[in-house]
Amino acid sequence: MARLSIEHLRKVYGEFTAVDDCSIDIADGEFLVLLGPSGCGKTTTLRMVAGFIQPTAGKITIGERDVTTLPPWKRNCGLVFQSYALFPHMTVAENVAFGLEMRKIAPADRAPRVTEALRLVRLTGLDERYPRQLSGGQQQRVALARALAIEPDVLLLDEPLSNLDAKLRQEVRVEIRDLQRKLGLTTIMVTHDQEEALTMADRLVVMEKGMVRQIGTQRELYEKPADRFVAGFIGRSAFLDGAMAEAGRFRSGGGLDISCKATASGPATLALRPERLAIGADAEACANRFPARVEHVSYLGALLDIDVRLTEQDRILLQVPNRPGAAEPKPGDMITIGWAEDAGLVYPREAKA
Amino acid sequence: MSAARLSLGRLALNGAATLSLGFILLPLFFVFWLAFFRQEIPSFPPEGYSLKWFQAAANNKPFVDGFLLSLQVGVSATLIGLVLGVPASLALMRHRIALGPAINTLLLLPLVMPGIVLGTSLYVFQIETEIATGLPVLGSAGGLVAAHSLVVIPWVVKLVTASLAGFDRTIEEAAQNLGAGPWTTFRRVTLPSIRPGLVAGSLFGFVTSFGNLEMSLFLVGPGRTTLPIAILQYLEWKIDPTVAAASVIQIVLIGAAMIITDRYVKLSRVV
Repeated sequence: MARLSIEHLRKVYGEFTAVDDCSIDIADGEFLVLLGPSGCGKTTTLRMVAGFIQPTAGKITIGERDVTTLPPWKRNCGLVFQSYALFPHMTVAENVAFGLEMRKIAPADRAPRVTEALRLVRLTGLDERYPRQLSGGQQQRVALARALAIEPDVLLLDEPLSNLDAKLRQEVRVEIRDLQRKLGLTTIMVTHDQEEALTMADRLVVMEKGMVRQIGTQRELYEKPADRFVAGFIGRSAFLDGAMAEAGRFRSGGGLDISCKATASGPATLALRPERLAIGADAEACANRFPARVEHVSYLGALLDIDVRLTEQDRILLQVPNRPGAAEPKPGDMITIGWAEDAGLVYPREAKA
Repeated sequence: MSAARLSLGRLALNGAATLSLGFILLPLFFVFWLAFFRQEIPSFPPEGYSLKWFQAAANNKPFVDGFLLSLQVGVSATLIGLVLGVPASLALMRHRIALGPAINTLLLLPLVMPGIVLGTSLYVFQIETEIATGLPVLGSAGGLVAAHSLVVIPWVVKLVTASLAGFDRTIEEAAQNLGAGPWTTFRRVTLPSIRPGLVAGSLFGFVTSFGNLEMSLFLVGPGRTTLPIAILQYLEWKIDPTVAAASVIQIVLIGAAMIITDRYVKLSRVV
């Protein structure tokens, strides 16, 4: 177990920058998730840590060891591949023992460690099976056991759950998390699945277009997104384009005057979380109150999703509790919506390409 | 109506299959039958049956020497074919090589080149080499093995590249991640995965070399005759069933090799 530090990591392929100036510090025993849309550089970053991709610039340190230029077989990272990558011609036990064999551990000493690794992933008794005789979930556990058996300094998980069905994914998610905590393993997981990331991580790194957009806990990312991308990527947000009229006053493209807690100036975007919006009587006390026309209503059981239009250019999604007996708004209805001054987050508008 | 047409189609298909199978098996059947005839001149009906031609074949020195030489040349050529063909296949499948497809075609070319053309070209090449270097090339064992390697390589390349095409490279990465260096990764992970292609390539390469007549005719030296050439020379003087007996032995050996191989590697899946 060790802490892992990534400093100013960069990878360039010809004209294309896959990862740009990525710096992340991971504490000993921390579970860090790299999250982002496909092509954001998260897998490239993971593969650089594992040693399969040589960085163009930057430094990777595991514990006290600078591993930047070390080949993969000298790094002592346990990697669980998305496709599991089990050796098809070896039994489960041989698969798990492979890393120990490479470390020149005597056969007699390997056996108990293989048994222990398989016990950890609850696969006892399947030692002599071949990978093709196992279900997807079992193969996944063998891959995990194989990575754990070498007692890695860092555990790397590359979309480990994406090939499992939804129900199994829930179970394995909890299992991996429990195991990681119990063993105190420093772990990096790559995923594009937001829910997976939010339920498993100690901290998350949101990446986009090769850049780290924000590093933080779930709460930090949701309540204080660093930019418009994070606000849209983690959870849902409604966006109003406009400009800051003065400190504390945002004017939307459709001409709405909105009070907010921002001091920025110039073109900006106001982001609103759907659940921070109120309708009808609940909106009375809000600093910002506007009439709106209901465009679409989705019934979600405990909640209602309502799309409303404030002006020709300003549309908002709101989410309100579905109270029994309360009249459900219908498309075409005029309602009042409102939100508190601190509900709107303002981001300087990115220049349109 | 449609069911009738369907069964008619199936009948035609089965008929065609039976016909082509018969076309392949009939000559084999007659060679086997003939080998047991008692009389010296093959004629129908047989006068009786005997095993004496097998004894004659086993006592025929040119046949025995030819068999041993063909075996040695075949094994050597197969080994050389593997040593050259496997790295070539890996390079072709793994790296973007300039003119990769052209090189691939070139490596497969000896397979489609008529044996006479190949033999003539090699004959000229070996004479020129001999003149240029002063080394004895033409008619030497080395010259023959080199030529036979040429007909083994296409089989190795063809079947090993086919194995590599379906190979998941992440398992190599998995091995490296677990601490295996490049050579150990190749030996422990890559090689076992392409074993079917290796085995089938070696088998077909060996059989091609062992049975090669046309090319070898140009390249053998005095006192160095392969089995197919020994059989051809024998046939120039006699047509008794000794040749049939020698052929039966060859067919049985090759058939056995294929059956044994098929137990470990399903040949129908790689070829």
